[in-house]
Amino acid sequence: MPIEMSSRRSRITDEEINELISKLQSLLPESRRRSTSRASASKLLKETCSYIRSLHREVDDLSDRLSDLMSTMDSNSPQAEIIRSILRS
Amino acid sequence: MDSKGSACSNPNPNPTFGPSKLMLAFRFLRALSIVHRTTPASSPTCRGRRIERAAYASMAYSAGTSRAWSRAVLRRLHHRARRRAVAPRRLSTTAGNRAEALRRLVPGGAGMDYCTLLEETADYTKCLSMQVELMQGIVDSASSNGR
Repeated sequence: MPIEMSSRRSRITDEEINELISKLQSLLPESRRRSTSRASASKLLKETCSYIRSLHREVDDLSDRLSDLMSTMDSNSPQAEIIRSILRS
Repeated sequence: MDSKGSACSNPNPNPTFGPSKLMLAFRFLRALSIVHRTTPASSPTCRGRRIERAAYASMAYSAGTSRAWSRAVLRRLHHRARRRAVAPRRLSTTAGNRAEALRRLVPGGAGMDYCTLLEETADYTKCLSMQVELMQGIVDSASSNGR
């Protein structure tokens, strides 16, 4: 990394870091935001970690549910036909 | 809440985070149809894992290669077949090790400087939540039809 880049990075102020952290707070869902309304940066990062972990679990769970739904597509239910038509287009 | 200018050196001029919902939906539904066509019905568990990989892949493709996290996801997905034992990555000392737990959760987080990590986290979190919303929407509409 060229010297100029690293010295520019070291001029990043606390204010800019705080701005980025409050951006993270704005991405949290309502319930998590409420519990961290006056929290420290470290608490906000912990909450963000917890949120990301829960999102990973949801992707995992929803993938299984989508897989189950796909097996209903092998039948002739109206649901199956609708899903088939969406995926065909 | 638009940024006035990036605090970190970042060539991405887009001030908002995350890809468009439409792009995400398009890629994911296309990937779903491929999974459906290519996975035998007899292996639903395998299909669930393929759907999960399709979710992360379409997220990463939608985010493009301008994000470190999406590049890391695509690298991970493409190297999956090699099944190498992943040695625990030593954090670079120049990057420091602030927010260690976060670095483990955000793809590619280990080697980033703190500032970049925060930006990447915001984008990754936004994309993840959009992906979850999309998958939930598909499950809901597929489950409620015909009732």
